[in-house]
Amino acid sequence: MAKLLHYSSLTKKFIMAIAGLFLATFLIVHLVINLFILPLTGNHVEIFEIAVHFMTSNPLIKVFEIVLFGGFIIHILYGLIVQIQNWLARPVRYKKEGYSHTSFFSKYMIHTGIIILIFLVIHFINFYFVKLGLTEAPEGPMAVAGDHDFYHMAVNLFSNTWYSVLYIVIIIILGFHLNHAFQSAFQSLGLNHSKYTPFIKAVGTIYSIVIPLGFITIPVYFLIS
Amino acid sequence: MDLTLKIWRQENAKARGKFETYKVKGIPEDASFLEMLDILNESIVDRVQLPIAFDHDCREGICGMCSLYINGRPHGPDEGITVCQMHMRNFKDGSTIVIEPWRARPFPVIKDLMVDRTALDTIIQAGGYVSVRTGGVPDANSIPIKKESADLAMDAASCIGCGACVATCKNASAMLFVSAKVSQMGLLPQGKIEASRRVQKMVSKMDELGFGNCTNTYACEAECPKEIKVTNIARMNRHFLGAKLGAQKMSG
Ligand code: SF4
Ligand code: FES
Repeated sequence: MAKLLHYSSLTKKFIMAIAGLFLATFLIVHLVINLFILPLTGNHVEIFEIAVHFMTSNPLIKVFEIVLFGGFIIHILYGLIVQIQNWLARPVRYKKEGYSHTSFFSKYMIHTGIIILIFLVIHFINFYFVKLGLTEAPEGPMAVAGDHDFYHMAVNLFSNTWYSVLYIVIIIILGFHLNHAFQSAFQSLGLNHSKYTPFIKAVGTIYSIVIPLGFITIPVYFLIS
Repeated sequence: MDLTLKIWRQENAKARGKFETYKVKGIPEDASFLEMLDILNESIVDRVQLPIAFDHDCREGICGMCSLYINGRPHGPDEGITVCQMHMRNFKDGSTIVIEPWRARPFPVIKDLMVDRTALDTIIQAGGYVSVRTGGVPDANSIPIKKESADLAMDAASCIGCGACVATCKNASAMLFVSAKVSQMGLLPQGKIEASRRVQKMVSKMDELGFGNCTNTYACEAECPKEIKVTNIARMNRHFLGAKLGAQKMSG
């Protein structure tokens, strides 16, 4: 812990950036699996279940899961440490502040981050802890067969209008977070280049729109049908 | 022009400050912002009161002494310019202007609008130099330097150390300043030799002095009177990472 604090401001940002990019990559995998909740193909439930089974039982994924957890914890912990240090760096605030032109979402990374963290906890209680047997599978109109029946668990949750609406809002906020995060990670890693940076920025913007849109289609589908 | 000014007054470093409101009348549009404060100060002195203390020296945008945070922006509303070079025509007649000192833990207020920016010098002392005498101006082309590097070094060297980047940054981070200094030397052959040591020393001094962590908001670039680019920050990140991973352990 002391070591975590001891690292220089730049090292903290490198670590945050790497962890963040790793989480962003994982998000793509997560989305692809989630999309099979939708009736994209005739046997979408089967594909979803196979994917879930693979993600929950494959030994390589098990190792990956630990790395993923590490990624979350490091990113969150450093996010908080960096923010607290930054608040301390300006003990007396301005009367009139923040009229400078800045990248808009960059100002709210801690706020969007904390909202995502709260959702993450709910998300874990709903799914991951069920898998670990720490919490009960949620009840609902659909019979949930066994602790690993993520398909029906998801369907149950999304059948709840409030949950779906909340989910959509959170995912939009996640999009805000990602919008600044993507290009910022490259800057923190020192990867700035007159040729590639515009491309990275474009990819970041597209990523931060497409990924959330993908996640949102699922609750929207349940809200409509 | 008639204006209402809300100005931070603080007797000394220890005193509790507060905003005072002043009305000024008949300010010429062509006056610089500091001249406007001079006019106000004259009238304050006439009333046998203490004039408002603010930093300034060259008044031609090259020394980096002037430092006022005006209506939520360091150096005021004009782009790419120091406050001493900014003119009153940037404001509307009858408007209210809030003037504050730079705010950051490493920049304590000395009096009124003056802050102590020794912290920036301390960072330079930690490594922002070339240790040996490099002699007089060498013969042209005796040391080949790429045109691009020379240009980038020159751009970085135009930083006047005013601290506006720190003042505007929501994290009070000094990254733009430090990265400009690191780049200015690291890009040229004479400075390259100590580059990895320099970047590590300057960054650790910057952290030690209590500046915040950069979160890439780029407010610094938007407000820098010398238009120093955040690409310098990326370069510093890169060099720092290279130095930490690649260079041998530092002794002393
Ligand atoms: S980088 Fe710009 S804003 Fe910062 S100290 Fe140098 S000149 Fe001033
Ligand atoms: S007084 Fe020298 S730069 Fe403004």
